[in-house]
Amino acid sequence: MATTTEAPPTRPSTTTERRRRITARPAAWIVWGVVIFFFLNLLGVVASVLVSSFGQRWFDTWLPDGYTTRWYGRAWDEFALLQVITVTLQVSVLVVGLSLLIGVPAAYVLARRSFPGKRVIFLVFLLPILMPPITYGIPLATVLYKFGLAGNMSGVVLANLVPSVPFVILTMTPFIEQIDPRMESAARMCGAGLRTVFLRVLTPLLVPGILASAILVLVRTVGMFELTFLTAGPDSQTLVVALYYSMSASGIRAQQSVDAMAVIYTSMMLVLLVVALRYVNPTQLVARVKDEPEH
Amino acid sequence: MSAFSRLRLDGVSRRFGGQAALTELDLTIESGEFIALLGPSGCGKSTALNCLAGLLPLTQGSIWQDERRIDTLPPERRGFGMVFQSYALFPHLTVRANIAFGLRMRRLPREETRRRTEEAVRLVRLEDHVDKLPGQLSGGQQQRVAIARAVVFEPSLVLMDEPLSNLDAKLRLEMRTEIRRLHQSLGLTTVYVTHDQEEALSLADRLVVLREGRVQQIGSPRELHNRPANWHVADFMGYRNLWRGRVDRLDGNRATIESSGQRLLGEAVGDLRTGADTMVAVRPEDIRVDGPGETPNAMSAIIEVVEYQGRELAAEARTDTGMLLHLRTEQRIAPGDQVKLAIDPQRLLVYPADAARRTDLPASGSEAAR
Amino acid sequence: MSDAGPGRPLAHWQHRLAERGVDRQLWLLVPALIFVVALFLYPFFYGLTLSFQPTNGGPFSDYARFFSDAYERGTIWITLRIALPAALLNVLAAVPIAYRMRGRFRGKRLVTTLLVVPITLGTVLTAQGLLNFLGPTGWFNRILLATSLVDEPVRLTHNYWGVFFSLVITGFPFAFLLVLSYLSGIDPTLERAAATLGADWRRRFTQITLPLLMPGLATTFCLTFVLAFSVFPSAVLVGNPAGETRVISLAAYQAAYEQYDYPYASAIAMIMGFVELVIIAVVLAARSRFYTGSTGGKG
Repeated sequence: MATTTEAPPTRPSTTTERRRRITARPAAWIVWGVVIFFFLNLLGVVASVLVSSFGQRWFDTWLPDGYTTRWYGRAWDEFALLQVITVTLQVSVLVVGLSLLIGVPAAYVLARRSFPGKRVIFLVFLLPILMPPITYGIPLATVLYKFGLAGNMSGVVLANLVPSVPFVILTMTPFIEQIDPRMESAARMCGAGLRTVFLRVLTPLLVPGILASAILVLVRTVGMFELTFLTAGPDSQTLVVALYYSMSASGIRAQQSVDAMAVIYTSMMLVLLVVALRYVNPTQLVARVKDEPEH
Repeated sequence: MSAFSRLRLDGVSRRFGGQAALTELDLTIESGEFIALLGPSGCGKSTALNCLAGLLPLTQGSIWQDERRIDTLPPERRGFGMVFQSYALFPHLTVRANIAFGLRMRRLPREETRRRTEEAVRLVRLEDHVDKLPGQLSGGQQQRVAIARAVVFEPSLVLMDEPLSNLDAKLRLEMRTEIRRLHQSLGLTTVYVTHDQEEALSLADRLVVLREGRVQQIGSPRELHNRPANWHVADFMGYRNLWRGRVDRLDGNRATIESSGQRLLGEAVGDLRTGADTMVAVRPEDIRVDGPGETPNAMSAIIEVVEYQGRELAAEARTDTGMLLHLRTEQRIAPGDQVKLAIDPQRLLVYPADAARRTDLPASGSEAAR
Repeated sequence: MSDAGPGRPLAHWQHRLAERGVDRQLWLLVPALIFVVALFLYPFFYGLTLSFQPTNGGPFSDYARFFSDAYERGTIWITLRIALPAALLNVLAAVPIAYRMRGRFRGKRLVTTLLVVPITLGTVLTAQGLLNFLGPTGWFNRILLATSLVDEPVRLTHNYWGVFFSLVITGFPFAFLLVLSYLSGIDPTLERAAATLGADWRRRFTQITLPLLMPGLATTFCLTFVLAFSVFPSAVLVGNPAGETRVISLAAYQAAYEQYDYPYASAIAMIMGFVELVIIAVVLAARSRFYTGSTGGKG
């Protein structure tokens, strides 16, 4: 290849590039303007909570009079945050574990097999995602209260499973579809039974998918307000619900300690998010989308 | 898991929700044989293989290994090895672990597993790649791993599902020889699925031609090559010239045919009567250019298209009567040439045309029959 | 197993089922089915029957009560008046932005990551932030006053606009990411092919990309609408829960947890679900008029 010495064809490419840039300019400006405006407002929303939580006093000025961290101590004690965070973690871990146990085998069958009634079953699994949580949350809470399962942690876990299991099924299905079914046939032809196929061949290959959907369910459960709100008792509130209560009763407590609590919640979510984005594509956080190949 | 002396498929059928994919397949496989299942895509050959493997339950029929019925056994208990078209190597396991997988499933002693894995690695010449993952190998190397994995536990039967179709032409030829060599040196019994007639002819001891789920012909490569049982098989075995015609005269096996204004003399195969519709089949290489003037089946034609194919030329010619011919020749011809053609009557096969089907086939020429 | 002879045994019933795809593996579905029946279908139908057993009156009296009371009936209109424009704006704004960003460029991952932030934060935190940021003494109004765009602070919280903004902040990134993924699922060679056939970018977009994107847009609209329709915390916190943002989910909540009238609350929940499904059904019916097959890309 040492003989190829022609100059790279620079000129045509620059002219086309320039022409494209000129025609693209006004549209690009508008688009980027809208995006930047959106981000500035988003920044304002998050930063005003953050600044307020560190402010001494903040009335009708650009910035607070002075800065302090005492609101965090107050919020921690006033809202019993240690207990709330413990509950949040316990609920999340339980929901993640159970929804994987229930969802992954179902996703396998739905991804691999066709059988009579499959479409109906798929639709039924889809419905909890398509319905507003309040619509099924109120009857669900009523039923759970009837059986004495609501008002405590089991109710919160059960209610949160309703959207989580379908979500696991939806995120796992493309991962399972990616695996060549002949891989399983090959293992069986080598003498592996069904159980061995699952443990030795499928599970190792599904680890990325399982990890991704576990993290997605975790993020959603920590952030899920409505269902937890409807089923939680006083000592089974998760962080969002406690935050909501403290906000709607904000006359009683200082605005800043509510903000401090909001910052604690935010930082918890952001940590989760950073962890999550190591394993999943941002788009997967909102919907079932197959991974775009990045290389 | 022990070797058998005879494997018998008895009326094996498979339907998919009312659609018949394989109908009443009867076949006996002798130990040590190399059998090819041959047919166009959708003919049921892969269905047959999967039924044999146990990956697909039968709808009807039974499979017998000597006196033992095995069609009710799950695939892992039949003790057959299988090579897949896409190789289906386990991407998370090294080459060594892939090959050893079948031995590990059989819980052989560690020492023996190691020894037999090494042996298989040497057999397919992958000594330098044992610790790589399948993704790091070329297509041909992956293919070798797949074969080693399928034969390492000395299966009583090896099934191969179009194993060469993902390889490029050169590698395909090499692997073909390799597979035949392994079959002979290991004394395997092999069932091989392919849609490539050349591959099947060169590899197999016996061929099974399938069409629309039904067996058309079972025979040796020579039988299939020289005497296809019906015109569908002929079509598939490379008889590119297929002409409609009518029987003028029958004289034992000798048939005189009238086809688009041309009188042809050929060999009757199958049940023919005077006046019946027929299909005439001729291989392109059996049409001679510039044959001696006074032979039967002589015709003059104009060359229309010529393709260069190395030693030979492939050409399309049209006769005075409008018939389109595909031929191969070593002579130098060019489009527009006026040539004299001849066909040996022994190599012109005359089949009964089936009544209802394929009426769309043109009276002359064979575009639709390809 | 029962047939030992080499004859032609009748198809075993297991085989006949297997032929249609029914076999032991389907047992793996059972836990999920039990779950969906026990925790979704049963409560749903329980709520449905409960809504026909009001504390007083005939089976339909709770529904009659809802529709005869203008204050209650109005919640449907209030919800739609917030949710439909918000969902529409989110989807429509997402299309040009996603169209511009669909290629690969530096910082794309950063932009998408930043966009996920408001979704993960959720409506409760957004509400708290909006109260601070858009409030009469918040930064937003300060900037407007400082640049003399307005003479006195604009009221943007505790009314319709507060809720609307909270829906845009959480809903737009959601819609954007979905539209982006649908767009990257369309094979870029299709547009290049159109270009070689002489189509300018406007025609390429309207005749090739947009028709292929429409089903995705419909789905995106549905999902965004579901989010907006079930708006609850922000309606209470940044809206005016007694008046112009008394959405239907709030009415259902109040019936259940303030009046402890579960039949009535179930009735409202059913009406809410029905209204939402009607809108989704309309959108999906429109969606089915478009080509919905493979778009050739790596979607």
